[in-house]
Amino acid sequence: MRRRLQPVLLGLLGILVFLAVWQLASTVGWVNGRYVPPPTEVFAALGRLVLDLHYWRTIGNTLITWAIGLGIAGVLALVLGTVIGMIPVLRRYTRSTVEFLRPIPSVAIIPLAILLFGLDRESSLVIVVFATFWQIFIQVLYGVADVDPVARDTQRSFGLSAPSRFRHLVLPTALPYIMTGLRLGATVALILTVTGELIIGVDGIGRLLVQRGTAADYAGVYALVVTAGVLALIINLLVRVIERRVLGWHQSVRAEVVL
Amino acid sequence: MSAPAVTRRLLPTSASRRLPRWLDGLLEAIGLPLVLLALWALSALVAPNRRFPAPWTIAEAFVKTWVGDAFFVDVAPSVSRLLIGLALAAVIGIALGLLVGSVRWLRQLVEPVFEFFRAVPPPMLVPLLALTLGIGDTAKIVVIIAGTVWPVLLNTVEGVRSVDEVQRETATSYQLSTLQRVRFIILPSAAPQIMAGIRQSLSIGIILMVISEMTNASSGLGYRITFFQQNFQIPEMWSGIILLGIIGIALAVLFQLAERFVLGWYRGLKETERA
Repeated sequence: MRRRLQPVLLGLLGILVFLAVWQLASTVGWVNGRYVPPPTEVFAALGRLVLDLHYWRTIGNTLITWAIGLGIAGVLALVLGTVIGMIPVLRRYTRSTVEFLRPIPSVAIIPLAILLFGLDRESSLVIVVFATFWQIFIQVLYGVADVDPVARDTQRSFGLSAPSRFRHLVLPTALPYIMTGLRLGATVALILTVTGELIIGVDGIGRLLVQRGTAADYAGVYALVVTAGVLALIINLLVRVIERRVLGWHQSVRAEVVL
Repeated sequence: MSAPAVTRRLLPTSASRRLPRWLDGLLEAIGLPLVLLALWALSALVAPNRRFPAPWTIAEAFVKTWVGDAFFVDVAPSVSRLLIGLALAAVIGIALGLLVGSVRWLRQLVEPVFEFFRAVPPPMLVPLLALTLGIGDTAKIVVIIAGTVWPVLLNTVEGVRSVDEVQRETATSYQLSTLQRVRFIILPSAAPQIMAGIRQSLSIGIILMVISEMTNASSGLGYRITFFQQNFQIPEMWSGIILLGIIGIALAVLFQLAERFVLGWYRGLKETERA
């Protein structure tokens, strides 16, 4: 019991120490208290925001962009990744193009997105989908190609039909990879959703942060950074729960439970 | 590598198999890019679209825009800020990670706070740090460090934790000094994790470089591209996108080389285990 409790208590202590140092630094004047308000002010600002419906609508807007982007990227990546991954000729001929397109930073296409879709959510979606797609696509590609040679040969000699081959051979092999892609993709999608709000001005917590900054409400700016962090943590947690459910049968998850 | 003879006969033989090997490889590498480029050129000729200029127009704009002074005014400073930021983040991340990873109570103390910092979407830090640090070179470098240090740091902590117990005990009984222990036991076994962390920070770093120049700057790549877009200098804008793409690809290639150098032994080990 004590062993279990210790990390939690130490972790809480760490958070408290961090907040105390921040409070001290800000009030004593090690840092400029105007631009780095103490946590008491930041949490007061957060308290005011939480009571405001506008705050929740803004979070909702961020989540909508995030979810649509992740959804489009996920479906595209699953379909294309499965088709290309299962057909060796396609895989060989698309490899150089994929390796070339993948490292292109998604923020590079922000101007193009604005040119095509204006300052609307669609522009944000372009960069979210571009960045998220590669994360998931690569994982699907690896996953589909990772099928055990012996299992594949067995399947061949038993003459499985394409659908049952997919269901019993490819999907179980690729699923852990797909979930990894989804986990990475969920984080990347949030980063680019926020980027779109900051740079393009699509409604969401990123834009609200810029507005609070222009209004010289610096405690509000920090409160929104805290909001974004909490949002990201919740998303991480949700994806992990889903991962654990979907892969409950898989060794990687089972091993974690045993330890 | 090669499939057993039985399955090979069952596999459909593609036509390209009959080509000589080098030609086959070349076709694989440049076939699709050439087709795509040709399609783009064709569509530019058949149905010109102001927003999608022809490849040669962009190539012309690329040379005119980036070759010459602009390279030293906009490109070189951006890239050097990025590289300095990434290098400092890697050094800080690895050093702190080694410390935090080796002391158990320290790790349990700081991990929740660090996990939160990693969770915050890095772009949010750009306006936040602009408040305190302004918009100079230092601010831009600090933003890159603040966004990219967490993956390196937390991955190093994980890597240090995963050091083999037997190796650790052997080091103790041979009375290795702390420095020797770090150099010969901890760093090598944490290296794969550390490199994975650095790979994550590369893409975050580029995002932060571009964003900090898009929001508050009067020079730099991000500023230039936005400027071209706002003034409807479309071929120039495209050339900027392509330049950023090239930088991204160059960084990825450099990193792969570095990874091969650092982790060559690790890949070899994995391959032997698999065989």
